[in-house]
Amino acid sequence: MNAQYVDRLSRTDRDVILTLVPEGGRVLDLGCGDCGLLAELVAKRKVRGTGVDINGEQLVNGLAHGINVYQGNLDEGLADFPDGAYDFVILNQTLQVVKNPLLVLNEMLRIGHYGIVGFPNFAQWQLRRGLFFGGRAPKSAALPFEWYDTPNIRVLSIRDFFDYCRHQRIGVVQERYLMAGRWVRRSPGMALTNLLAHIGLFVITRQS
Amino acid sequence: MNRNSVGQVTPQTFTFGTAEDPLVLESGCTLGPVDIVYETYGEPNADRSNAILICHALSGDHHAAGYHDPHDRRSGWWDGMIGPGKGFDTNTYWVICANIIGGCKGSTGPVSINPAIGEPYRLTFPVVTIGDMVAAQKRLIDHLQIQQLYSIAGGSMGGFQVLEWTLRYPEMVRSAICIASAARLSAQAIAFNTVGRSAITRDPEWKGGQYDAKGPEQGLATARMVGHITYLSEVLLDAKFGRRLQSADRFCYNFTNEFAIESYLNYKGSAFTQRFDANSYLYITKAMDYFDISRAYGPLKEAFARVAARYLFVSYSSDWLFLTSQTKEMVRAMLCNSKPVSFIEIDSPYGHDAFLVEEEKLTRIIAGFLEGVAK
Repeated sequence: MNAQYVDRLSRTDRDVILTLVPEGGRVLDLGCGDCGLLAELVAKRKVRGTGVDINGEQLVNGLAHGINVYQGNLDEGLADFPDGAYDFVILNQTLQVVKNPLLVLNEMLRIGHYGIVGFPNFAQWQLRRGLFFGGRAPKSAALPFEWYDTPNIRVLSIRDFFDYCRHQRIGVVQERYLMAGRWVRRSPGMALTNLLAHIGLFVITRQS
Repeated sequence: MNRNSVGQVTPQTFTFGTAEDPLVLESGCTLGPVDIVYETYGEPNADRSNAILICHALSGDHHAAGYHDPHDRRSGWWDGMIGPGKGFDTNTYWVICANIIGGCKGSTGPVSINPAIGEPYRLTFPVVTIGDMVAAQKRLIDHLQIQQLYSIAGGSMGGFQVLEWTLRYPEMVRSAICIASAARLSAQAIAFNTVGRSAITRDPEWKGGQYDAKGPEQGLATARMVGHITYLSEVLLDAKFGRRLQSADRFCYNFTNEFAIESYLNYKGSAFTQRFDANSYLYITKAMDYFDISRAYGPLKEAFARVAARYLFVSYSSDWLFLTSQTKEMVRAMLCNSKPVSFIEIDSPYGHDAFLVEEEKLTRIIAGFLEGVAK
């Protein structure tokens, strides 16, 4: 179920991420699954990629593409990776499934100069409507899970994310939103964005 | 017969190191002439750039795949991994496996005849190190006219040789697969080796190493029993044997092989004496104990800076002899040097022996990695 959901999203996510990563950079993908995104980044953007995932079986696909892989649990941190070893660290559709999202965000900005974070906006209006009128936990075509089987254990909104970044002195240098099936580059103001965006995708960096 | 077998193979012998030009060992002693017994599977390509060297572990040998004659009941020790369409695909790669020096399966070791005196070396054989084993393998690889190995792979002590190769001859190794191994033996692992050696040297049949045919079979069997326990996990022993009694339901109240695990270990110990030399066991375990990357090449971060190979490290979740944390220590050293490295921990109940057992998972990982090396 999770794989199906991620597949549906990743088509468009991937295209946007491809535009955010410069040619030839060093890229670490956290929660990379079968390294599909990395393989595309290697093929189209000539990056040097490494993939991290908890599932070793999936990583084998990355090996066959010549991608370096590391089996590990993001919730335990990434102590084996030195500071500043990568230009970009990607965390796409993974922030909401980890137990220690703050640890993961800290680790990605320690290891990489920039982080690319993509997550579903749980404050999108259809989800709010479902909660308000239906009285049921958020569900949609893109988030088809029941409360008991959802991998999304961290429920956050775009506003929550910005609040956190401001608090932690993390700069948001690029933003992309999926609204009504289209990706937009500029936020039409926080209130509206937080209401309309299905997905937020951000390039972040540690402010000195 | 396995239809994906490499088929019948014949070991070959390469000899080097005349009395005038011997192999100089790390201890400063010299050895020569030196025989290296090896087997090859698959065919070399035109520029011999498809060679993969397989390094065997403590009780292994050069016979890694196929069979020696059609009546063989046992195939090579890694037959599930080496062959047409297997992890090390002999349709693509030219796979080589050589017996280590100090061993007892044909390469020069304590059972070999010392040409100077016409008698077996026995304990006059110089103590060899992992580095010496690798230096000898290097002579074989040169002899086979291989400029650079496409890959080199080994588990456990075979992993030590893999590590040594990539540190000693970095430019000669394009990729490396280090399985269930470590940068050095832990004190606990040395302790188990100590017990094994002690069992041998305290056996009156050992005779200071000067035994003839029979030798210290009891001691060697005990050494193997101890070793064997360290290769298996507690979970596996419980599942496979538990507290089950071998034949009767009732206790016999004597000291026969009552428990299933007791009987199994005794069988493993005795079987080992039929195929292994006690002095060789002393030499090889000592070489393992001495192995320490940091002692030879500095702190791991510094040591791995010299590596040119693309690395794959594999560990096993239930291996308590070579822990995942020991593998990760090396992965970290590679990452600190921005070197290409991959790491996978295979979830397995089989303990250290998993690298010889969990062939299906390992096959996919190794086939994938080898394919990726070309990209």
